[in-house]
Amino acid sequence: MAADSSLAHIEAGLDALETSPEPERGTLRRVVASALPPIVAVVLIVAVWQALYAAKIWPDWKLPGPSQVFSSLKDAYRNGDVWPAVGHSIGHGAVGFGASVAIGTPLGLLVGRFKPVRAGIGPIMSGLQSLPSVAWVPPALMFFGPTPAMLYTVVLLGAVPSIAVGVVSGLDQVPPLYLRVGRNIGARGLASVRHVLLPAALPGYLAGLRQGWAFAWRSLLASEIIVQSAGLGHSLGFLLKNAQDTNDMAGAFAAIALILAVGVAVNQLIFVPLERHVLKARGLA
Amino acid sequence: MTATIETAARPDRTGAAQTAVRLAGVGKSFRGGATPVLDGIDLDVAPGEFVCLLGASGCGKSTLLNLVAGLDSPTTGTVEVPSGRAALMFQESALFPWLTAGQNVELALRLRGLPGRRERRVEAERLLDLVRLRGSYDKRPHQLSGGMRQRVALARALAQGGDVLLMDEPFAALDAITRDVLHEELVRLWETTGLAVVFVTHNVREAVRLGQRVVLLSSRPGRVAREWRVDIPQPRRIEDKTVADLSVEITEHLREEISRHGR
Ligand SMILES: Nc1ncnc2c1ncn2[C@@H]1O[C@H](COP(=O)(O)OP(=O)(O)O)[C@@H](O)[C@H]1O
Ligand SMILES: [Mg+2]
Repeated sequence: MAADSSLAHIEAGLDALETSPEPERGTLRRVVASALPPIVAVVLIVAVWQALYAAKIWPDWKLPGPSQVFSSLKDAYRNGDVWPAVGHSIGHGAVGFGASVAIGTPLGLLVGRFKPVRAGIGPIMSGLQSLPSVAWVPPALMFFGPTPAMLYTVVLLGAVPSIAVGVVSGLDQVPPLYLRVGRNIGARGLASVRHVLLPAALPGYLAGLRQGWAFAWRSLLASEIIVQSAGLGHSLGFLLKNAQDTNDMAGAFAAIALILAVGVAVNQLIFVPLERHVLKARGLA
Repeated sequence: MTATIETAARPDRTGAAQTAVRLAGVGKSFRGGATPVLDGIDLDVAPGEFVCLLGASGCGKSTLLNLVAGLDSPTTGTVEVPSGRAALMFQESALFPWLTAGQNVELALRLRGLPGRRERRVEAERLLDLVRLRGSYDKRPHQLSGGMRQRVALARALAQGGDVLLMDEPFAALDAITRDVLHEELVRLWETTGLAVVFVTHNVREAVRLGQRVVLLSSRPGRVAREWRVDIPQPRRIEDKTVADLSVEITEHLREEISRHGR
């Protein structure tokens, strides 16, 4: 049919004109572009630090220079203190975070989906989120003694509320239009939760997970610094506390650098790529 | 109230008992609203019929479609869709951004209960082909233009497998050329699929361009003010003189309806 084929041509022309091929940037260029600014920032910070050190405003035992901290790191590495401590803390952090996700996610779904639950638990959850989780260390220590259970308790109390709050805000941000479309195409009850609600809430959920990890890591380190025992082993918190006990400022800075490095690495290697992947697929990044 | 209420003879292709949509005495009030949004709407849509609902902004067109789609229930009266389900399309395509174009269509097939992953894939490709988006299966909604998104939404609506298609100002956000092309596409699909279409718009020309019947709704409360049969044969074009002439007449009535509220 002539009319039909001319319609097809107009349509194909419109489609071609209205969609532009997406520019593909090379992976290498992207990595360089995203890695360069933070490297420059770190170099600047170290430079300022070195200048302060060189000005001799404070004695060495109060403000060690970058090279002293670096050699302290090197010593710790040679003694074999670094990897076990990092592994120890990351292990506890991962287990605690995993448990927090397992508890925080269903809790967030309950609070987000059911009004009475939200009215009851919502404010408590937000309150818990603003409570410094280090406050839980003394009671957890009295209850469990210096055991991993005590660490996990503090981590859970820190991370679960922020993950649950992330789930709730993810659910709240789901456009009602999606739910209506879902209902119209036949998604009811569980099918609606699975095919519409959860995928639509995913970006908010991921943001909540990232924040949850930050809370978990902070809570863990707080407990590791405060509580030491043979049962808890040599963690990053232990390294830091140990440096304090031996009045080793360079060692303390080295331990802080390691704690920071783990936090940055987990964020940049896991959460940032995950979020970028999800947002990009939706045309949001 | 000067407009006469004219009830057109029902098109009676397949027997008196058969209707695609039947509204009887439908009224709808929202909590806190003094006057009902809709009041005493009687409207039958025959199988395969193309009806355009026309009315000023806020007169309750979307509310009416939501009732037919089963997303809301009427305060009074009854809404019947004998086949069970009516597919609904909106001004925004409302495709799910976490799925590709093809997966959006497949989800509707799956929720409708079509078994078999492979079968669904094949059927989704057939439907995309029907709206001439064969190559866009793996495209994300944000990678498509507005007109293409509405065609995917159309394919998704077809995937629902009902025999009624409800469209709520589906082309209002598109540019004129794209809208013109989509009018042609919609009429072509309507002719090939035999769906009953209820098309809501506030654009008189669009209503006359598309519909076999144009139903004018009054505002506050929304009632059927008047209706016209459009006997201009398809293919029509929006710039046809016959389309323009009827549009002028209907616009007069629409203006009159609106100015009643200014007095
Ligand atoms: N959920 C609702 N609650 C209260 N009022 C509503 C609701 N939905 C629509 N309305 C009111 O009903 C009237 C008709 O709305 P709508 O059906 O969207 O009009 P149209 O689609 O014709 O522009 C408007 O005055 C609107 O404010
Ligand atoms: Mg509307």
